[in-house]
Amino acid sequence: MSAHDEHHGPGHIISFRYTLGTFLALMVLTVVTVGVAQFDLGSLDMPVALLVAGAKASLVCLFFMHLRWDRPINTLVLVGSIFFVVLFLIITMFDTGQNVDLKDDGDSPDVVTTLESQSLPVVD
Amino acid sequence: MATLTPADTHAHDDHHGNYITCSKGIMSWLITLDHKRIGVMYVIATLASFLLGGLFALGIRTELIAPGETIMDAETYNRFFTLHGAIMTFLVIIPAIPGALGNFVLPIMLGAKDVAFPRLNLGSFYLWIIGAALTVYSMLQGGIDTGWTFYTPYSIEEGRQGVFWVGMGVFILGFSSIFTGLNFIVTVQRLRPPGMTWFKLPLFLWALYATAIIQVLATPVLGITMLLLAAERIMGIGIFDPALGGDPVLFQHFFWFYSHPAVYIMILPAMGIISELISVHCRREIFGYKMIAFSSVAIAFFSFLVWGHHMFTSGQSPLMNAIFSAITFSVAIPSAVKVFNWILTMYKGSISFTTPMLYALSFLVIFAIGGLTGLPLAVLSTDVQLHDTYFVVAHFHYVMMGSTLIAMIGGLHHWWPKITGRMYNERLGQIGAWIVFIGFNLTFFTQFMLGTKGMPRRYHDYQTGLGWSAETTELFHTYHFISTMGSYVMAVGFFLTAFYLLQSLVNGRKAPANPWGGASLEWECSSPPPHHNFDETPTPEYCYKFDHWVWNDEEQGYVRRDTAKS
Repeated sequence: MSAHDEHHGPGHIISFRYTLGTFLALMVLTVVTVGVAQFDLGSLDMPVALLVAGAKASLVCLFFMHLRWDRPINTLVLVGSIFFVVLFLIITMFDTGQNVDLKDDGDSPDVVTTLESQSLPVVD
Repeated sequence: MATLTPADTHAHDDHHGNYITCSKGIMSWLITLDHKRIGVMYVIATLASFLLGGLFALGIRTELIAPGETIMDAETYNRFFTLHGAIMTFLVIIPAIPGALGNFVLPIMLGAKDVAFPRLNLGSFYLWIIGAALTVYSMLQGGIDTGWTFYTPYSIEEGRQGVFWVGMGVFILGFSSIFTGLNFIVTVQRLRPPGMTWFKLPLFLWALYATAIIQVLATPVLGITMLLLAAERIMGIGIFDPALGGDPVLFQHFFWFYSHPAVYIMILPAMGIISELISVHCRREIFGYKMIAFSSVAIAFFSFLVWGHHMFTSGQSPLMNAIFSAITFSVAIPSAVKVFNWILTMYKGSISFTTPMLYALSFLVIFAIGGLTGLPLAVLSTDVQLHDTYFVVAHFHYVMMGSTLIAMIGGLHHWWPKITGRMYNERLGQIGAWIVFIGFNLTFFTQFMLGTKGMPRRYHDYQTGLGWSAETTELFHTYHFISTMGSYVMAVGFFLTAFYLLQSLVNGRKAPANPWGGASLEWECSSPPPHHNFDETPTPEYCYKFDHWVWNDEEQGYVRRDTAKS
């Protein structure tokens, strides 16, 4: 951080070692993404894929975007923004997921069951 | 940032005199980079929108004065309430305090010469103008009748061309809001003069800072929502329309993920103004400075977690309903912290019932009622009964109109001498504040009663035979009549206010630098302020101690104690 503050010009420069290391890590994680996709993990499919993607995004932010050497407030801004996006997506998807039965065609028995389970009136 | 230093950008028009007289001609205003002039343009623009939205409101109230069709048919009525809502929300209460008062006051209170990005600031204003023009253009295209919430599937049906234009307008207004927020965050972070620590910031600035965070984080979702709506209408992609495989409840999630935080974009700066007004006009140190400051940030945080409480009856899953209901109660905590602290600030204070203070007291009463009536709406069992009735309309207006707008007008009176360099007629100001307060409560308190008796919102008519008895219609008629009369009283109050404020520009007494005895930095500079705000970088002090400002008869205002002695 202090090095960054004193540096006027092109900004913080990271060594080639870091750049190469990050690149290789991203390549490995890409192979992992493709590899994992070959197996059916059931309900774990999505979390695993998101975990690997999240790790890759973190590497890009930390090293390629220099967040590791930047002021902590910038990390806070990024993490805060991601928190709210994730919050919005999780809650909304959870809710639409619960309602999915209601969007089937009208006379599906699922609709009746769902409505009754929620103590809602069933209209013919 | 160095290239944007106001001292450089204004160098070409730097003359002696205040910010109004330093340069002349219409162009010197239209392309100004001075935050004060931009603030004044926002004041004029938002007040003009307020007049337009207010005229629609009077139309709505007049239609409802009696059962049956009174002055307009149902379709026109739908357009009236939609435009009233859209104009008042997007053109008035969202931009009014940050755009108008925030722009004028923030840099001066901070001790800076301008905002961090003056060009972006002017850009925000012109984005507002474009957004407003598109909204007005939709009226020429037949208007819109979807309600200000643009709920699908209404808003995606054929033949509603106006929705497209208002949607575009709202999209662009969103960017105006984001840029203003961004500018304020950077200004508060980076342009504080030496000595202006976070806990010396006036509470209005804490409130504007918290607001700016919401503006930057939440408003993009509104933009995305409008883009998805446009994609569905134009390209027929199924997102919200069940006929195309979409989900209308999803629209409500998108809309309220922005629009609930947006109500805090509206109320937080208002709360900031109230902290200033009560402290200065009671000449009493603000009680619990840090708690008020942190409660602004807490409200900003909680505001993102409660959007689902608008959707309890929309088919949202019961588990989500329960979670949102529980979290909604948590917002009451930081809000109540503020109210208790304001009341304790007045305790043993030297309260002067000036016009700004009367508005601050109106705010306290109205906000308390508006806040507490939010609780029955947060409880699932009562909300199912009260949802989409006039109870919600009354609650919303108590919080947004009675609290935010009243605070905005109170703030306008507080800083009017600073902005214009003129004092208004104090007696007329006090009368106006009373008339507005009485008119407001007549208009909206009756609507709580209407709501509990089952009058649905957005109905054009309440004749017998629409699902209720003759007695109920008679009861509705009585309440609606009182409500409409109240709206006329309020209109008289607002026109009186407009009259004496304009009159003050013509023959008002010249304002002293510090007419109220405030101790924040804007009272250090002359009224109106000089072009660069401060000739020398000011030395910030804690601004809620008023002992060193004393009344001076010669100045007809407050002067520093050391100056007074010499």
